[in-house]
Amino acid sequence: MSLTTAHSVVVPSTTSKRIAAVLIIAYALISIVPLLWIFATSFKTPPDSIAYPPKILFQPSTEGYCNLFTTRTRQTAEYIASLPPATSFCDEVTRKRNMVIAGPSNFLPRFVNSLIIAFGSTFCAVFLGTLAAYGFSRFKVPLADDLLFFILSTRMMPPIAVAIPIYLMYRELGLSDSALGMILLYTAVNVSLAVWLLKGFIDEIPREYEEAAMIDGYTRLQAFWKVVLPQATTGIAATAIFCLIFAWNEYAFAALLTSGTAQTAPPFIPTIIGEGGQDWPAVAAGTTVFLVPILVFTILLRKQLLRGITFGAVRK
Amino acid sequence: MTDSKTSPLDRAVEAVARSTHSKLVKRVTGLSDRMVAWLFIGPTMLLLLAINIFPLFWAIGLSFTNYRANRPNEPVEGVGLRNYERILTDPDIWIAMQTTANFVFWTILLQTVIGFGLAYLIDRKFRGHAFWTTIILVPMMLSPAVVGNFWRFLYEPQIGLFAYAVSFVSGIPPTEIEMLSNVALAPWSIIIVDTWMWSPYVMLICLAGLRSIPDYIYEAAEVDRASPIRQFLSITLPMALPFIMLAILFRGIENFKMFDMVNLLTGGGPGSTTEVASITLKREAFEKWRTGYSSAFAIILFVAVFGLANIYVKALNRVKQR
Repeated sequence: MSLTTAHSVVVPSTTSKRIAAVLIIAYALISIVPLLWIFATSFKTPPDSIAYPPKILFQPSTEGYCNLFTTRTRQTAEYIASLPPATSFCDEVTRKRNMVIAGPSNFLPRFVNSLIIAFGSTFCAVFLGTLAAYGFSRFKVPLADDLLFFILSTRMMPPIAVAIPIYLMYRELGLSDSALGMILLYTAVNVSLAVWLLKGFIDEIPREYEEAAMIDGYTRLQAFWKVVLPQATTGIAATAIFCLIFAWNEYAFAALLTSGTAQTAPPFIPTIIGEGGQDWPAVAAGTTVFLVPILVFTILLRKQLLRGITFGAVRK
Repeated sequence: MTDSKTSPLDRAVEAVARSTHSKLVKRVTGLSDRMVAWLFIGPTMLLLLAINIFPLFWAIGLSFTNYRANRPNEPVEGVGLRNYERILTDPDIWIAMQTTANFVFWTILLQTVIGFGLAYLIDRKFRGHAFWTTIILVPMMLSPAVVGNFWRFLYEPQIGLFAYAVSFVSGIPPTEIEMLSNVALAPWSIIIVDTWMWSPYVMLICLAGLRSIPDYIYEAAEVDRASPIRQFLSITLPMALPFIMLAILFRGIENFKMFDMVNLLTGGGPGSTTEVASITLKREAFEKWRTGYSSAFAIILFVAVFGLANIYVKALNRVKQR
């Protein structure tokens, strides 16, 4: 009997496995090419980056990164010759192009804004979301289903539609172009997702744990803090990653509501231009620096991520 | 023993401290579950009220006026339903809606086919499938704006990698592959990037669906000698359908709202061939500053998504019950 069931559909045949493997690997390799190209371009010199045919092998250079972090001005050859010898690699490269470094660019402050706004809003969204999810999970809240649907429906609004009244409101409150305003906005957008995801995770934790703790003399809050939260850490981590990815990647609100001091990296990177159009190595360098944190997150926490995505889908 | 060392004053202080402490404890324990519930849910509701609901009502109010945000000192007049009337009879708006529908249709079709195909293949569980799944997932984690912006470079007619690769395969000279400036190709330039980014998302949801099908059903089918094609059509596809429909719902809503990639890749051009609803809305609201008019358009869009999504969810539930 064991011989006849050995060839079951549940265990796919070797041939079908091989075909599947070839197709999947081919797709994965093709889909990763644009990212590899971004990475490669960031180490090209501007002439190399716009060569035809596109250069696959090239002499790596950090000129793109130099251009990303600095602003430069064109100078006469005599002026450059009169300067003391270049102190750094970036100095040298810039002078070869008949330019001198004028100062740091806006990239670093924009990147720091991204960090502050993304982490700040993620913390707030997960904090509020955990509380609300526990509330919805454990108590009979009047109209709970309607409230939950309402929370979710706020995500259906096109960001531009939300941005119009938010723009006016922030102008009245003096929150325009401020990190606080962006943190509040991203928290509001993320909290809906956080409540939904976390409610699923908390629903899975047996009530009996808290009830036992409360019989032992814990208050409701203590039981929540000492019994439920430690059990929910995986779920909280997964939710936090989702919120972080959203806030880190967000463009529409950032482009419309910030312009200067609170501008994040996504609206800034497309505006990096050199002489005569977009400075592609610098854009690629900025993109690489911007993508690395998310890539690291994705690879380190892929298990939680997978669970979060599929879980969020299965629940609704 | 300790009593002998402490003064009566100390003891009194301690007693007071103990009593206030126990009072506090009592107050905290005394929180009824109902109060705890509101304490937990309240802050989230307040935030959503302040940042989502209040602005929504503000926008509804503005949609009946001729308010312009760049001229705050001008008198504001109520115009009744005129904004709505003008939007619904404006041919440009309808063209933008058609462009959006076209974009949503093609992205969903491609993403569903590719996503489900990938999930089906990954479900063969070949060696190393977990690693390759992670690689496939990478594009969807990245910022559509930042990566979309870089696709402009890949699409450059001569120097771009995309044009080069296409000409390498097809033999068309690379200077003629003008993805972003050719009227016929521009919509596809966006569809391609969106499909590249989001097929993995559809794949994940489909994979959850495929994994939810219990093995014994296939075993039974095997006993009945159902052919693999028959098994696929009468077990795999119908049982994964609710998941596929869910993926379509999420992608549909997202792509209806699509702004960042279009704004950076084509900005709505050439002409207005890729001007989806969000781009029109942005032009009206933040370039022409017709705040009242654009608020009305925003409300119409919201009602449209909300209505369509509700009808769709009803259909989805019917499929689930089957």
